[in-house]
Amino acid sequence: MIEKTVIRPAEAARLINSGSVVHIGGFLGCGAPDGIVAAICEAGIGDLTIVCNDTAIYDPKTGRTTGLAPLILKGLVRKVITSHIGTNAETQRLLCEGKIEVELVPQGTLAERVRAAGYGLGGILTPTGVGTEVEEGKRKFRLHGKTYLLELPLPGDVAIIKAKKGDKAGNLIYAKTARNFNPLMAGACSLVIAEVEELVDIGGLDPDQIHTPSIFVDYLVVV
Amino acid sequence: MPDYTENKEIIARRIACFFTTGDVVNLGIGLPTLVGNYIPENVTIILQSENGLIGLGPAPAAGHEDKDLTNAGGKPVTILPGGCFFDSATSFGIIRGGHVDYTVLGVLEVDQEGNLANYKIPGKLIPGMGGAMDLVAGAKHVIAATTHFEKSGASKLRRRCTLPLTASHEVDYVVTDVGFFAVSGHSFALKEAFVPYTPEWIIKHTDADIELALDFRIWNSPEACR
Repeated sequence: MIEKTVIRPAEAARLINSGSVVHIGGFLGCGAPDGIVAAICEAGIGDLTIVCNDTAIYDPKTGRTTGLAPLILKGLVRKVITSHIGTNAETQRLLCEGKIEVELVPQGTLAERVRAAGYGLGGILTPTGVGTEVEEGKRKFRLHGKTYLLELPLPGDVAIIKAKKGDKAGNLIYAKTARNFNPLMAGACSLVIAEVEELVDIGGLDPDQIHTPSIFVDYLVVV
Repeated sequence: MPDYTENKEIIARRIACFFTTGDVVNLGIGLPTLVGNYIPENVTIILQSENGLIGLGPAPAAGHEDKDLTNAGGKPVTILPGGCFFDSATSFGIIRGGHVDYTVLGVLEVDQEGNLANYKIPGKLIPGMGGAMDLVAGAKHVIAATTHFEKSGASKLRRRCTLPLTASHEVDYVVTDVGFFAVSGHSFALKEAFVPYTPEWIIKHTDADIELALDFRIWNSPEACR
């Protein structure tokens, strides 16, 4: 197998252009690529459109942040496509001031739109959101006695994801609930950078236990 | 006539009585999470958490938190023996696919047609729907859990929701701290009044059409599910 290039977080940040659509793994920060997020902040790459489950946690009382929250706080994000912003007071504030665009997507629909982008699907049909604001502007289909919305794929320029273990070929294994959107995003973007806690030689992972096949991954970052 | 006192515990205790052994249940953040504290000893349910696990266990002892193991509120949790983890697509496949028996969600407004609003107050608070819209669309039974009144004293049960909807005609049951209601399509059917509240008091203080269910009863068994 071919070994992937192992890079430092700062080098990963340099692979991302301002104005890119960036998918970021994690669920309220659990399973987020914290090292690469910090490097993007450091490099000040801005005007980003972020696709993420949520805008993670920012508590203004304590200053505590998780996941991608520092990108929001540094004003590097133009738009987020996400299911939830309720635990990041800064996203809420910027939205109220008209300084960030927020497209709210039901969580299951977001997962399927990301998956569809990587799995060659032209879209998905889901009953979620029928009869709510989510259906506005979308095509509806009546099938099997039920109404479905057509939801379109959500591809990105770059995915930054986080795994517990990787091998040098780029195979990835996630830990527990830190898996969440990470394997879906690995398929959906032209460039995929995986941050791993532990990197082993090729052959060091059981092929039966791999969550994300190596061919999805372009670069590895070890933290 | 009784005065109203907010009582989240009775809501959680009553909802805990809905389940039978083997039910797959998703408990929302906040009040719905309390339900897990009151499951009867002779009932074993399987808790699903939409961030990617079934077999959700209690919070870990201090010092035993695992950064890679949280619930959908981002809080440290544990997993029970036999539980498992999965990605978000699988998690919502479980939810939309009808493999969750009950979802319990919080409420901003719920109306007599089974509509639920709980994800945004335009111009004021916009947390987002998270997984709630998928849960209401996919779970076999939708239970709305709420105190009967807002802090302002307004009834949370309405004739018609005014806020943006999370669910259109999906709510099956509403459990508040004064009673248990079923959604019959055009009005709330009061199935139980919780002591000390009477049906007359509940009807008078609720901004919705309520009729007594055929099997209406007074519920006064906070310690047991009967």
